[in-house]
Amino acid sequence: MNLTLKIWRQPDATTAGAMHTYELADVSPDMSFLEMLDVLNEQLNEQGEEPIAFDSDCREGICGMCGLMINGDAHGPEVTTTCQLHMRSFVDGETITVEPWRSDAFPVLKDLVVDRGAFDRIIQQGGYISVNTGSAPEAHSVPVPKDDADRAFNVATCIGCGACVAACPNGSASLFMGAKVTHLGLLPQGQPERDERVVNMVAQHDHEGFGGCTNIGECTAACPKEIPLDVISQLNKDLRTAIKHGH
Amino acid sequence: MDMPDTVTAAEASHSEALDGDYDDAVGYYTPGEPLVDTKAPDGPVADRWQTRKFEARLVNPANRRKLSIIIVGTGLAGASAAATLGEAGYNVKTFCYQDSPRRAHSIAAQGGINAAKNYKEDGDSVHRLFYDTVKGGDYRSRESNVYRLAEVSANIIDQCVAQGVPFAREYGGLLDNRSFGGVQVSRTFYARGQTGQQLLIGAYQALERQISAGTVSMFTRHEMLELIVADGKARGIIARDMVTGEVQTHLADVVVLASGGYGNVFYLSTNAMGSNVTAAWRAHRKGAYMANPCYTQIHPTCIPVSGSHQSKLTLMSESLRNDGRIWVPKSQADCEKDPRDIPEEDRDYYLERIYPSFGNLVPRDIASRAAKNVCDEGRGVGPEVDGVRRGVYLDFAEAIERLGRDAVESKYGNLFDMYARITGEDPYSVPMRIYPAVHYVMGGLWVDYDLQSTIPGLFVTGEANFSDHGANRLGASALMQGLADGYFVLPHTIRDYLADGPFEAIADDHPAVVEAHESVHQRIEHFLTVNGTRSVDSYHRELGNIMWEYCGMERTEDGLRKAIDLIRGLRDDFYRNVKVLGASESLNQSLEKAGRVADFIELGELMCIDALNRRESCGGHFRAESQTEDGEALRHDEEYAYVAAWEWGGDDSAPVLHKEDLVYTAIEMKQRSYK
Repeated sequence: MNLTLKIWRQPDATTAGAMHTYELADVSPDMSFLEMLDVLNEQLNEQGEEPIAFDSDCREGICGMCGLMINGDAHGPEVTTTCQLHMRSFVDGETITVEPWRSDAFPVLKDLVVDRGAFDRIIQQGGYISVNTGSAPEAHSVPVPKDDADRAFNVATCIGCGACVAACPNGSASLFMGAKVTHLGLLPQGQPERDERVVNMVAQHDHEGFGGCTNIGECTAACPKEIPLDVISQLNKDLRTAIKHGH
Repeated sequence: MDMPDTVTAAEASHSEALDGDYDDAVGYYTPGEPLVDTKAPDGPVADRWQTRKFEARLVNPANRRKLSIIIVGTGLAGASAAATLGEAGYNVKTFCYQDSPRRAHSIAAQGGINAAKNYKEDGDSVHRLFYDTVKGGDYRSRESNVYRLAEVSANIIDQCVAQGVPFAREYGGLLDNRSFGGVQVSRTFYARGQTGQQLLIGAYQALERQISAGTVSMFTRHEMLELIVADGKARGIIARDMVTGEVQTHLADVVVLASGGYGNVFYLSTNAMGSNVTAAWRAHRKGAYMANPCYTQIHPTCIPVSGSHQSKLTLMSESLRNDGRIWVPKSQADCEKDPRDIPEEDRDYYLERIYPSFGNLVPRDIASRAAKNVCDEGRGVGPEVDGVRRGVYLDFAEAIERLGRDAVESKYGNLFDMYARITGEDPYSVPMRIYPAVHYVMGGLWVDYDLQSTIPGLFVTGEANFSDHGANRLGASALMQGLADGYFVLPHTIRDYLADGPFEAIADDHPAVVEAHESVHQRIEHFLTVNGTRSVDSYHRELGNIMWEYCGMERTEDGLRKAIDLIRGLRDDFYRNVKVLGASESLNQSLEKAGRVADFIELGELMCIDALNRRESCGGHFRAESQTEDGEALRHDEEYAYVAAWEWGGDDSAPVLHKEDLVYTAIEMKQRSYK
């Protein structure tokens, strides 16, 4: 298939960017979206134009490194990561626009590459259980009901890609934060720090410049791991409880 | 470095080695002194780790904050070590090339993690896990290390559960286990098909906690490009800030490489796009020996290549072989047909035919090699790429008929979905296509029992070292080793080294720092000014083709010699004709790749020399010259029960081979048979 690609190019964080148009011929429907960009980059390199910078690593949908706005949708038209999106989801002759994640809290570094360091800083504020190596009790000393363990796992599958933020009209990271707060809050091991965790993570979230949640649901629709919207309800509930406890 | 004397290939073509043994690699290397691991204590294997922990000197808590540690890589081995050493109070600096430590490729491990908990009361024990691992490695691993790995395995599970890793549980609330990788006990802990992800997130969170506490400084989007060795000790690294291009010097009392494996030397592998050998290879060039580099693991059940655009391969769980039947058409003429139209009598269920007792469940290397053989015969299926169809059918029609579609769906649904998403085919109605792919490397930098390389002060953990898996790794053992090294082994052994520190401060104008800095600048400058005609990727792909063809599952003397010549030619061409656009002072992904491919090319040559030297079939490797009358792998313990540790010989000289003899006191060597 033949495609017209409109791609955001920006030399660095401080220089203004613009959309550039490229034509790409003979695209195989079996290529992944990123392989299509690889082919375009080979073509650009050949022509003496610097290849387009974009992030990817595992290319099997689990590391969370890739992420592009494709025709205005985070990760494109399917519920999956950009690396797992294939060209058979597009049609011959189509014009495809490709932009970096849209969020003030994720500044563009170059072309399609953004800085998602804010996510790490949110985790630093309590997205963990404080247990030093070697001090753990025998694993079977604390049973966990299977339903809780299963749900904790489901929300712990968040890959931290940032699609939720990119899709949200408010640029909120509530789904990301709610997933972590719910994961750790469901487990007995997560209880001692539960109040402090949610308060500190939310404070950092706001400090980073992410917006508030207004229950639109674009985040969960765009999430490649289908993290459910109700983790945000849990986040709000935990926050209310913590405040009640005097935090 | 002095240039060692070498025997040229012409002088010694096809001859006896210097020590009298038959050795195909004569002329490609210089024999060196034997190597001995001096750190493992003597005595019964079960007591050695306790002894070493006691004998390793302690560092007073008040002194720890004066000691600095650099850790390169934030996968299971790196993140766990960084968190643990930070908790202990050392000053830690951690580096990763990704935008966050949580991206490291440990995250992609699917199956599970072994631990000798014996929760199923099915006869498991530390000794059995030790035994299975040594046997699985085909008696090419070091027994002291493997025993220790089995010994600390149970602690890993305790630690991870305490961190909130959501392992699968039973209805009673206790942890579930499954049997994995052909062993007869259920000792594998898992979190659905995403165990690596959950373990890495656990280690990542522990690391982020230390970053918040100020004990660890994290440098994301930084790539180590050189090791600084000053006054005989590893004292720091040169790293490039991949966003600004700034080339930085980072100094410390000790350096730890947890930089993962080098499977991407094959270009296509299940590794992440960025996985590379540069950190390990730069250390190798500075004096760290590289051990058993030819030991790579090839996984039989990956999704085949769909075209020349292919950038990486995706693994599907081996559990598929429990119910799927593997076949190709008997006749080449049927290869293009719709498989559903090929009648039963025209299909060759080749694994069931050749290995009637194990059938489709033969070990990974046998299944992989058989698939390559039928495709090389011209009976492969799927799209033709570069003139060959590389794929075999994995057919669930019989399983669906026997168990029902629902049962198959509940067992394999997520894998079928993944397959359908990537290939666009429905595996419930059309047989899946699979092909082997490089998945893991057992080879890596040589380390002693303390995980210290041949450069004092340079420690190596996880897949980056060679120590625990011998010539083949058991399923669910990679995660175990990464976390064992990082949480429980390195923190104890590194203190013995640090007890002599802090070492004398190194100035930025120390000759070793200046030299390392300069060499990095020169390399960058070179790549940006060649202005040739070929892209970095095109060289990488060509290297991968050479490695896959001649240094993959089946190796021959002639093939390996040919590969070495091809790689040398490729290397020359690469330095003269590569085309890297853009500047150094900005984010430049072509430049990053150029450095990595340059190192892969050199590594590829060493892998071929190592494979040439090892004229035996062992573990995952088949040397065509070493097989039984009925075509089975034949190991030669008399000649090859050693670790091949290679010393860099210099740009224009052959590498030096140091052999470490493998001695087994607690286990008896046996040949395996799957017929």
